[in-house]
Amino acid sequence: MNFGLTEEQEVLRSVTRRFLDERAPMATVREIMESPEALDEKLWTGMAELGWLGLVIDEDHGGAGLGWVDLVVLLEETGRGLLPSPLISTSLAPAAISEFGTAEQKQRYLPSLADGSAIGTLAVLEESDVVGPDGIALSGTPDDGGYRLNGTKRFVHDAGAATLFIVPFLADGNDIKLGIVEANAEGVATKSYATMDETKRMADIAFDNVPVSSDAVLTGDGTAALARLLDLAAVAVTAEMVGAMDKDLEITSQYAKDRVQFDQPIGKYQGVKHPLAEMYVDVETSRSLLYYAAWCVQEQPESLPLAAARAKRTRASRSSASASMAYSCTAPSVSRRSTTFSCISNAPSGRFRRSETPTTTTVA
Amino acid sequence: MDFNLTPEEEAFRDEVRSFIREHLSPEGRKDPNFMGNWLKSVREKRWVGFNWPAEYGGGGGGIMEQVILKEEMSKAGGPPLGTSMMGLQWVGPAIIEYGTEEQKQQFLPDILDSAYQWCTGYSEPGSGSDLASLQCKAVRDGDEYVVNGQKIWTSGASYSKWIILLTRTDSDVEDKHDGITCLLVEMDSPGVEVRPIKNMAGSSHFAEVFFDNVRVPVKNLLGEEGKGWAVTVSALAHERSGISEVAGLISQLAQVVQLAKRTRKNGRPASEDPGIRRRLSKADAMIEGMRLNGQRFLTKQLKGEKLSSETSINKLHRAFLAIEFGELALEIQGSASQYTSRPADEDDDDLGRWASGALGWPAVVIGGGTPNIQRNIIAERILGLPKD
Repeated sequence: MNFGLTEEQEVLRSVTRRFLDERAPMATVREIMESPEALDEKLWTGMAELGWLGLVIDEDHGGAGLGWVDLVVLLEETGRGLLPSPLISTSLAPAAISEFGTAEQKQRYLPSLADGSAIGTLAVLEESDVVGPDGIALSGTPDDGGYRLNGTKRFVHDAGAATLFIVPFLADGNDIKLGIVEANAEGVATKSYATMDETKRMADIAFDNVPVSSDAVLTGDGTAALARLLDLAAVAVTAEMVGAMDKDLEITSQYAKDRVQFDQPIGKYQGVKHPLAEMYVDVETSRSLLYYAAWCVQEQPESLPLAAARAKRTRASRSSASASMAYSCTAPSVSRRSTTFSCISNAPSGRFRRSETPTTTTVA
Repeated sequence: MDFNLTPEEEAFRDEVRSFIREHLSPEGRKDPNFMGNWLKSVREKRWVGFNWPAEYGGGGGGIMEQVILKEEMSKAGGPPLGTSMMGLQWVGPAIIEYGTEEQKQQFLPDILDSAYQWCTGYSEPGSGSDLASLQCKAVRDGDEYVVNGQKIWTSGASYSKWIILLTRTDSDVEDKHDGITCLLVEMDSPGVEVRPIKNMAGSSHFAEVFFDNVRVPVKNLLGEEGKGWAVTVSALAHERSGISEVAGLISQLAQVVQLAKRTRKNGRPASEDPGIRRRLSKADAMIEGMRLNGQRFLTKQLKGEKLSSETSINKLHRAFLAIEFGELALEIQGSASQYTSRPADEDDDDLGRWASGALGWPAVVIGGGTPNIQRNIIAERILGLPKD
């Protein structure tokens, strides 16, 4: 029994944090946020050089050959730093190809994903707004051993920056298959847009008779593969949220120590300190659920679906509450910094949108 | 990171499981001598006081073995490993750490043999969360202490033979944690009076205990005079890891889920109601979170690090769940949940079964430190916020 990180994982954490502190401080994050695809080429190259992009790709295909616990360490840090980048998206694509691809597909796609010259993403959501096999209706009409895709994917993370998409579709009206589609393929049109989380970009992808040859279709049961990939996605997204929440708590606790009103630090009031204690409970419990799920990915795959659901459920339901807590502690000097954090919580409510009031640097 | 057991740990788990299969059969449980036989056989296994050092009659079980034993027993719904609960949990460990050789000889075997009950005389009418402000007074008089004062919320006082009692021997101290003295007092001593308190669930587990010139021999002093606070701190530290509670919580949740499945609301099972489902799934994730938090605490302990304030996390989850299970069961059951016992002319076993649980939460929520105290601990000791 050992529910702790290895020395190497602790080093990965501190190296990551140092890199982000130096190369992507908040001022830089804000600049990247404003760029069309929320992606900075130089930073991306730096991330590739550190081996982040191929972290879970095996060494034979140019990756570091590490596991999902390592990836979660990394994503917790990028979540802490609110790093705008398609890191999660491009970590899921090689997961799909590594687990369900042929030897030829691995050879063809993994090395370029590992070195960052290719960016991948998972294109799942459709008009149904159902995240899962039941929501897939994109039609794949048999054609010359492969398929022709027609339909639209919506709210696809980082689709504007991506060079290849993993696309679940309904093959011949029957079963779900996963196709690898290159972004510049004939008949593919992407339309990017900003959403409430300004560190992320999403896009619609329209497929107009797009050919997917037989050697671009992943093997095995597509329904099971999609379910597995969505579990991995839940783990990855939860990791970012936990990291962001942890930073939220750190900032807010510090503010509660520094901010003096009625002649004492506001952190002395139980009305402030108790909600902060609750945030701590949420962060740590989410972290426990998260790391167990990450461990399950490779060591106990049969336990992953439940572990991932529990982790994401807890994190998602608490992060908006915690963001709101961070607000109420720091108001009225709500900085853009902390509102940016809140956006990551995917809170469905407009009150977490970035404030347009003059920003202060008190919290940042 | 590795959640697997070592081969040795697996072997021990299998040993526990086969013991359970042998001694906890449904037929065996119906035997009138079941409990006596059970206590005898777990005592022979040295599983009573399993974490106590072997030289004092305990099992000398390592941290990991303790967790395995407790978890397997809890999963099997087995009877307790020994019935001198307070003795095993608080008094024995305190005597092992602070007791004289004579005290060890006198008390430890009886606790392990489930010979009688102990109660803990800590809280007073004016001293609950702020326990160190306690006023129950002990004055040295020759070879005896003379005790005057009152304790309250003393669990099991009416059926205990001994009480471990915190008294104040010195009021003239700068730090109120000083001047506290721990005495071991026989409950049938002249001047001890127990008045049971009936709680809102109808049980009289708690009591007030009054001390009127009770004379306690000095040989029953535990630890040093004036240094009694240390004795309680050591004892309280055992309570908060939370791992062994999880199996019990899983079984409680399963019972509420079953209730939701067999209870119909608006023409369909309550288990199909999205609101109910959401609450059940929240409880499920929280329990799993407690289990995994517990594993992290356990990892720390296995590395030889001391656990501190982080265990308050699970205490807060535990408090939430105690209230939530009660409320959820009542909400599922609807109006009929108001029965506190099943009416004689009804045959639905659910009637009267849930109200007492819903009314029993204060013992769980308040005992060992209220939620607000836990929040203070986290905020001040972990987050470093200024003290009140």
